[in-house]
Amino acid sequence: MSAELGHFFLVLALGMAVVQAIFPMIGAARRDGRMMALGPPAAYGQFIFTVGAFLALTYSYLQSDFSVAVVAHNSHSLKPLIYKISGVWGNHEGSLLLWVMFLALFGAMVAHFGRNLPKSLQARVLSIQALVGIGFFLFMLITSNPFDRLPNVPFEGNGLNPLLQDPGLAFHPPFLYLGYVGLSVAFSFAIAALIEGKVDPAWARWVRPWTLLAWVFLTIGIVLGSWWAYYELGWGGWWAWDPVENASFMPWLVATALLHSAIVVEKRDTLKSWTILLAIIAFSFSLLGTFIVRSGVLTSVHAFATDPERGLFILMFLALVIGGSFLLFALRSDRLQAGGLFAPASRESGLVINNLFLSVAAAVVLYGTLHPLLSDAILGIKSSVGAPFFNLVFGLLMIPLVVTMGFGVHLQWKRARLKAVSGKLKMVTLLSLLAALMVLYVTYGGGIMPVVWMGLGVWLLLSMLQELANRIKLFQVPLKNSFERLLRQPRSSWGMSLGHLGFAIGLIGIVATSYWSLEQQKVIPVGDSMTIGEFTLTLDDVVAIAGPNYTAVRGAITVTDKNGNHYMAYPESRTYVASPMTTTEGAVRTTLSGDLFIVIGEMQGTDRWGVRVYYKPMQVWLWIGAAIMVLGGFISLSDRRYRIGSPEGKKAAQKNKGKQAHAV
Amino acid sequence: MRKKRRLYLMLTSIAVLGLAVLLVLSALEDSIRLFYDPTEIVEKGIKPGQDFRLGGLVATDSLERHEIKGAMVNKFTVTDGNETVDVTYVGLLPDLFREGQGVVAEGSMNSAGVFVATEVLAKHDENYMPKEVIDSLKKRGEWQRDKSAKTKAGAS
Repeated sequence: MSAELGHFFLVLALGMAVVQAIFPMIGAARRDGRMMALGPPAAYGQFIFTVGAFLALTYSYLQSDFSVAVVAHNSHSLKPLIYKISGVWGNHEGSLLLWVMFLALFGAMVAHFGRNLPKSLQARVLSIQALVGIGFFLFMLITSNPFDRLPNVPFEGNGLNPLLQDPGLAFHPPFLYLGYVGLSVAFSFAIAALIEGKVDPAWARWVRPWTLLAWVFLTIGIVLGSWWAYYELGWGGWWAWDPVENASFMPWLVATALLHSAIVVEKRDTLKSWTILLAIIAFSFSLLGTFIVRSGVLTSVHAFATDPERGLFILMFLALVIGGSFLLFALRSDRLQAGGLFAPASRESGLVINNLFLSVAAAVVLYGTLHPLLSDAILGIKSSVGAPFFNLVFGLLMIPLVVTMGFGVHLQWKRARLKAVSGKLKMVTLLSLLAALMVLYVTYGGGIMPVVWMGLGVWLLLSMLQELANRIKLFQVPLKNSFERLLRQPRSSWGMSLGHLGFAIGLIGIVATSYWSLEQQKVIPVGDSMTIGEFTLTLDDVVAIAGPNYTAVRGAITVTDKNGNHYMAYPESRTYVASPMTTTEGAVRTTLSGDLFIVIGEMQGTDRWGVRVYYKPMQVWLWIGAAIMVLGGFISLSDRRYRIGSPEGKKAAQKNKGKQAHAV
Repeated sequence: MRKKRRLYLMLTSIAVLGLAVLLVLSALEDSIRLFYDPTEIVEKGIKPGQDFRLGGLVATDSLERHEIKGAMVNKFTVTDGNETVDVTYVGLLPDLFREGQGVVAEGSMNSAGVFVATEVLAKHDENYMPKEVIDSLKKRGEWQRDKSAKTKAGAS
């Protein structure tokens, strides 16, 4: 029964979306307040019905109702509760439902928090939001209905890959989707602005918190996915430039650019059409990511052939949304008046360069991701583009970006003196050169790139710290006053500082773990030892153990470092009962200086065991850096000035404008 | 003034884009890996030493493991139902490697006609079947399990 109810809710939500798309738009054009007023209630209705549909599907999963096709294909009655719930979105149909629920949620949020927006702008934003929603509802109802029943009800479900039964992966898609869908709001604002023909600092102030919210969720989603790949898959990597990963990384790159260009619109009333364009591109990447990953097209064009209906719908929808908005942009963008001028050396220029490199980097990732698809479709050649391509090109593009970042935060708006900034950074530059020399000395013969990168990373970190120190006048006024200044920093500048510091810390971690990782594989009997770097591993014992739904062998390994300190590691190799497959549970010891990651393999002969060890220097810095970035995002979001569209926020912003001249 | 600024901006953007394109083209040449199934290897006569990706099914009961001086040497056969290729790989095989299931490996042929894998790819989707392998098997008429061919969700 719940499936039919869910299906019914979905149809009702579609109806609400149609109302929400049509009337506010007409109302805004005719200045008809009554028609525009239909927008918010329709948005609430759409949200409530979508939640109803989602709950109905969740109920089917909890009840293990295997007459529902997606439940039978993706669940199992013995699955732990949390994975029954996460199973709801662990497949194509369910993930679409989650996506559209978030879309409706953001629509309802615009309706609720946007009460103080200009009426016509809010109406148009809601209408665009609903138009996107209609596309998704139709796609689900026509090609991917999660509530389809099976004619023959199976006794038991197909279960879920045990590899996917991991908290990191269970919550990775929802965050990613919150990020993807969050960008829809920036998109709707951009399209609404194009229709209105007006972009001003107030517009940017409304768009920024939404973009920031989307960016924070996207960051969390990407990091959770990477974390899962690192800990659960145990192949010793955290990023493989896999098409699935790229699909989430491209919108992140563009969202990062958008976040920065919206600042220029807000502060300086310029870069308007570029910002609009970025908002469109960012959401286009979101759509591309969602559809392409979920439909499996990226790994093979022939996925279209297995399900032509779905493929055709996706192509048409993408063409309509992306093509339509680019057309609108081409027709309308000249109406947006260009604002303030700025000198080549200024914070604006720094942000333009930031945008330039971020967008080119996104384009490169896009090309590398689509190349196999294109060569297969056009030439019929099956190929793949490997990580070396991305590492090389993306890495080289990041160097100027990092340099711009380190300089940019010290630059003033409008016109800055580069000389003064380089003077300010003298100490920082000297220190990081020293750091680079030390790295060169320690890793002599290991290539020049890690030295350059480590130097850059340290330079960026110090430059950010110096910027913070300048802002609180550290050592220029008594320490107590500096501390007071630190506490009085507006939250958005905290966000800026933490975001950039987190990036620098993460960058240092990435450089270390990418260039200096060690790997060692060996087959040894119990009692034997192997070494990796400065660690010696002794396999003391291997025992068989039984878990709730798996059996496993567990190794007991003594790890000794060069100082004689030792600890015990217990890596496991599990074999699941329900679906006969093996997973490794690595034993990871994390310290600031590096992770020691031990994996035990299957039995080799009678008493010999395959042991694989990775040493990942400074791996944890990457996770810490990402966490700091996310924290910065949340703190910035809580800034009063960005209480979405609230007049108080605006007034406060004007009042504080003098005080916060340096805050971004 | 404004026009001049805009011109500079355009020129810089074009320069960066141009550089990126050059970089992309030169880097692409070295990192494109072509994908072949066993039939194509036999038909095309791939030269020894040329890097490519091999995909197919791991033939049932073909996996042999030896230990040579503490290193683990795996030997198995990859088939597309039409032709077969012998593969050697030194190291621990990934979790998702199983006999009778799809596999993608990167490496090259040696002079004895054996594919020496440098990497056995661990990241499949939850269907345990890389898409390229499905396509290849379909082409060779070896694909019957239509249910699993339908695109289910990727692992993300």
